[in-house]
Amino acid sequence: MTTIAPPVVRTKEPSRSSGGRSGSVLWMALPAFVWFVIFGIVPLLGVLALSFTTWNGIGEIQPSGLDSWKATLTDPGLPHALWVTFLIMALSWAVQTPMSILIGVFLATSKRYREFLAVLFFIPLLLSSAAIAITYKALLDPNFGLGTGLGIELLNQDWLGNSTLAMATLIFIVSWQFIPFHSLIYQGAVRQIPTSMYEASQIDGAGRVRQFFSITLPQLKYTIITSSTLMVVGSLTFFDLIYVLTAGGPGDATRALALLMYQQGFQANLMGPASAIAVILVLVGLGLSLLLRRLGGRGDESQLEGA
Amino acid sequence: MTNNPISRRNFLGLAAGAAGAAALAACGSSGPSNSGGGSTGGGGGAASYWSLSGPPGEPYRQAAIDRFNKANPDSKITPTFFQNDAYKQKIKTALGANQGPTMIWGWGGGGLKEYVNSNQVEDLTDWLAQNAAVKDKILSSSFGAGTVNNKVYALPVETVQPIVLFYNKEAFSKIGAEPPKSWGEIMSLVPKFNAQKIAPFSLAGQSRWTNMMWLEFLLDRTAGSEVFDRVFAGEKDAWSDPAVLDMLQKVQDLVKANGFIKGFSSIAADSNADQALLYTGKAAMMVHGSWSYGIQKEQGGNFVKDGKLGWMNFPPVEGGKGDPTNTVGNPGQYLSISSKATAEAKETAKKFFSTTLVDDEEKAGWVKSGGVPVLKGAESLFTGDDAQFLKDMAGIANGAKTFAQSWDQALSPTAAETLLDNIAKLFQLQVSPQQWVDAMNGVIGK
Repeated sequence: MTTIAPPVVRTKEPSRSSGGRSGSVLWMALPAFVWFVIFGIVPLLGVLALSFTTWNGIGEIQPSGLDSWKATLTDPGLPHALWVTFLIMALSWAVQTPMSILIGVFLATSKRYREFLAVLFFIPLLLSSAAIAITYKALLDPNFGLGTGLGIELLNQDWLGNSTLAMATLIFIVSWQFIPFHSLIYQGAVRQIPTSMYEASQIDGAGRVRQFFSITLPQLKYTIITSSTLMVVGSLTFFDLIYVLTAGGPGDATRALALLMYQQGFQANLMGPASAIAVILVLVGLGLSLLLRRLGGRGDESQLEGA
Repeated sequence: MTNNPISRRNFLGLAAGAAGAAALAACGSSGPSNSGGGSTGGGGGAASYWSLSGPPGEPYRQAAIDRFNKANPDSKITPTFFQNDAYKQKIKTALGANQGPTMIWGWGGGGLKEYVNSNQVEDLTDWLAQNAAVKDKILSSSFGAGTVNNKVYALPVETVQPIVLFYNKEAFSKIGAEPPKSWGEIMSLVPKFNAQKIAPFSLAGQSRWTNMMWLEFLLDRTAGSEVFDRVFAGEKDAWSDPAVLDMLQKVQDLVKANGFIKGFSSIAADSNADQALLYTGKAAMMVHGSWSYGIQKEQGGNFVKDGKLGWMNFPPVEGGKGDPTNTVGNPGQYLSISSKATAEAKETAKKFFSTTLVDDEEKAGWVKSGGVPVLKGAESLFTGDDAQFLKDMAGIANGAKTFAQSWDQALSPTAAETLLDNIAKLFQLQVSPQQWVDAMNGVIGK
């Protein structure tokens, strides 16, 4: 396909990025930029500064060099929290992506009943994480929960009290909550794929499955990257759901980085190490996001060649 | 690189997200802070008061404030109530941001010490010396946990709360057994209850301090109160005592024998689900603070009224060195005055301390809530349905050779967090007794 790369696109490039309009575009970014400096950069620098201090959260802040970093990096809780974070990230990605793509493709066709289903699928997205967590916690209560209510003993598992089950339950709830959002993204992306591609393939004798793998999936490449970036980076900052649901437990089975940060800072009154963890969290997030950009390859190749 | 703007946006958005989360956490939610510490306060010395919500305490706390506000319309107190576990974080964040209330409710001990070291609370020693009448009305044994470096920083209020073993009499009659008189009897009751599909013990394990009560009693019964005293004093390797390993092993034995209700590690105390398990008969016994009586009375229908709830001091352990009269719990609740409050607000708070909090209605109110007041001379009020419970609690509290403060309240917040974390792992069988001891020795004196 790359053989017919159209030179048209390339000649257009310079005029787009360095044209006369850029001057007027820059000031439009100003409000966002100011907002970002106040609520993004300044606190980030504050956290960085705090990570070189000792502070219990209520007294005097005392500079203490690398003490907090040493304490954080030698704490066996850190590798464990990193592992839990990556586990949540990988598992929730692996569950959400295929489901979202399938539901997105399914909903993209305009048929009445599918539009009705789309509304239903959308509902979990309207609820706040804390509300979802409280509801699930009540439903999954091993003594007063859904199993007892319906009289089905099978549902009376120790859902949140067993380390493995708690992680699985967490992934399920996260997926339940966010699949609607990602389906929506995929639905939009699928609708943008030119119908001519499908028509052409039909003439060539391709079936539905072949069309899905040879047209739909490749066309969704950038959408998959965008959606994955949102999932991966979003899972780094999961806090509310886990905190309300398991509080990082049982033991430390679901204590992700964000929860470790909270525990150190607000329960153990160690703001220095908590800030160091926050910095690690930012670095991990930046690294992952840049990596995903790389995986996406060069952004200047067209997906519509031959269409 | 034509997509640069997008990649930068991703980058910035991500940074903003992470930093925003950190910043939000750092700012905390200052909560409703009407006439908080730093503010200059309205005329007439309006004061604010933060405390815990829910039964059995909240109605009586509210009543005390209503009484005071009625008598002092010019210097009103505004109360705000929080859930137990949420309050512990909220108050710290608020104090750190100078948004704390005039009156700080607490448990004394290590948490209070940290406030004192950060100059957050007023020294009440001189004020109490001038107002000896106030001091005389309060049990002297309750002042210990409100005292730091021989100075009183918090006034004991509300109730003395020993931790006791509650049991469901119906569950015991179902299996035809008597309440346990020793650790051995507890262990032999476990399979009997399990055979009847009744959980031997209810436990809200997600809250962690609930698990801790088991360790407190078992250590005290096997080795006496001296072992924890050495930890509290900051002695090196104080946890390395054979009695500690023995106690931890006993806890894990009980967990392995299914002594606790299924799913205990996902039950949180804030919802009172652990008490519900006892009064619904799903569990036979529960180690809990005496305040649980008021909750079960309020929420358990006729359970308490019909005399189905039993209680006793934690039984002795065979061959243990500890005095079986010893108990642990809260020798009182504590109110401090913020040093950041205005002079007028402080005056209002002191007036509240010296009038409403030590009056007869306050005493009667806490008795009615099912608690033993920290105020002297409450015995004559122990009448009606709760009389026996109140007499027994007063008996346990006053008859104890040692009334130890709960560990997590006695220790500094840093050490307490490590303690609670390791206790949760112990109950989850994630750490062995020896690993537990090693981890805890690492934070002694911190």
